[in-house]
Amino acid sequence: MQKENYFNFEYETLSREEIEALQLERLKKTVQQCLKNEFYQKKFAEAGITADDIQSLADVRKLPFTTKQDLRDTYPFGMACVPLRDCVRLHSSSGTTGNPTVILHTQRDLDEWANQVARNLWMVGLRPDDVFQNSSGYGMFTGGLGFQYGAERLGMLTVPAAAGNSLRQIKFIRDFGTTAIHAVPSYVTRLYEVMKEEGVDPRRDTKLKVLAIGAEPHSEEQRQRIEQMMGVKAYNSFGMSEMCGPGVGFECPEQNGLHFWEDYYIVEIVDPETLEPVPDGEIGELVLTTLCREAMPLLRYRTRDLTRVLGRSCPCGRNHIRLDRMRGRSDDMMVLRGVNIFPIQIEKILMQFPELASNYLITLTTDEENDNMTVEVELAQPTDDYKQLQNLEREIRRRLKDEILLTPIVKLVAKGTLPVSEGKAVRVVDKRKVYQ
Amino acid sequence: MTIHQLSIFIENRSGTLIRVLNALKEANIQIIASTIADTAEYGIYRLICSEPLRACEELKKANIAVALSDVFAIAIDDQPGRAAEAVKTFSEAGISIIYMYSFLLGGKGILIFRTDDAQRAQQIIEERHLSVINESDLQHIS
Repeated sequence: MQKENYFNFEYETLSREEIEALQLERLKKTVQQCLKNEFYQKKFAEAGITADDIQSLADVRKLPFTTKQDLRDTYPFGMACVPLRDCVRLHSSSGTTGNPTVILHTQRDLDEWANQVARNLWMVGLRPDDVFQNSSGYGMFTGGLGFQYGAERLGMLTVPAAAGNSLRQIKFIRDFGTTAIHAVPSYVTRLYEVMKEEGVDPRRDTKLKVLAIGAEPHSEEQRQRIEQMMGVKAYNSFGMSEMCGPGVGFECPEQNGLHFWEDYYIVEIVDPETLEPVPDGEIGELVLTTLCREAMPLLRYRTRDLTRVLGRSCPCGRNHIRLDRMRGRSDDMMVLRGVNIFPIQIEKILMQFPELASNYLITLTTDEENDNMTVEVELAQPTDDYKQLQNLEREIRRRLKDEILLTPIVKLVAKGTLPVSEGKAVRVVDKRKVYQ
Repeated sequence: MTIHQLSIFIENRSGTLIRVLNALKEANIQIIASTIADTAEYGIYRLICSEPLRACEELKKANIAVALSDVFAIAIDDQPGRAAEAVKTFSEAGISIIYMYSFLLGGKGILIFRTDDAQRAQQIIEERHLSVINESDLQHIS
């Protein structure tokens, strides 16, 4: 193992036994920290447990779950475990579906967060002589400041380009010699389209070598398409504001699942109905317990993200658990005529067609009491041939049916017709009666 | 032997056609002939115009997806039965016409068409001495 391949050599290369010993020690501390707060005191009392009940790592299952609703109910500061004067930052969700959620950070929390992001970026080959352009929203969205501080911690020249204004982004990439970009996947696609229009070839005209993409569930097919477009490796990043933000999990150069940092989190995968653990390899809901947070530690937080365990060892030398890319969120799941469907399943199929561009929109409607799904997708290349378009439509319908067991209405649309967002892409519009 | 035709994918939604026409107008491109066939959801707008290569560039600049294709254009006398004669020449040779449209120009009927076998169609046109219209003829007349 070469030390220079790791940002935190000591922690990244721990054996499983060492990881688990460290987790137990940190879990005990975290529980102590939580019990400084009334909300957790009450929860522990209701569950009939005390700090002394945590004697082994498996005892984590005795702890009560925490949900987004808890964060809303205690809005804004009800789950703080330190006095507010010890906090230096807060991040908040948009609150489109109720009270927003607030996450507080001490200076140490921010330092640890930056360390996780730096660890990730180092892992995929970035070094202090790289130029890192963060084309992600700043402000309350943690993808902005999270990557900013992490890239600075690593020592890169960091360009806080933020999202949007693609022409300016491209100018920065060329003028500053940007070698790495972080953005949501749909924005990378958008950036490539603008490059093409401007006659810029990313392979020829830029020094790009790494893309970090995350914050939107995306399929392996979408990743491969992005890699082909830009001519560089694209690594999947997992984060959520409740766990700081980006940094929690990241792909290593093997690109075989995301390493979740177990010196910072306890990872559980549970059945979302029974809340019992599922065996490795089976899909379930990701549940995370923070191990290094002071201001707002979270115990067994239900992320709603669906994934599965791929393994606990890796040729890269890291034994931190590897999880599959997110299958979508349990609350993104569409139920159509009794069938459970995730947008990512549709995306996976659409990306298999070179004739199609990357932008698509799923609309659910009720027509005469029947629920229908319409999939609109942009054509990559115009054609003079009706037969080809009709065959394409038929083939898309057929492959979608194989995947989701329903036949959606497929609409081919001209490129540039569907709305492009510069933040997270809107992929599903639900206009069904029952939801109005 | 062939001339350039522009093919534009158009959704059945008001406003899409005018976007294309406005872009051509801005670029001072003259439309010589055009046709739209429709299906339930979309159509392909095919057109013959002055300066097709420049037209194509201008449309792309306006973010309109356009394909350039090669089609045959032959001139026939403006009299009953001439179109039948022309098409018969191809059908007898086993060539299918995928689509065709026509217009009058300078007292001649012009047939624009695409076949399932361009190479063979070209042979037939040469053998039968059909009157081929090329791009400069169109520019000249228009």
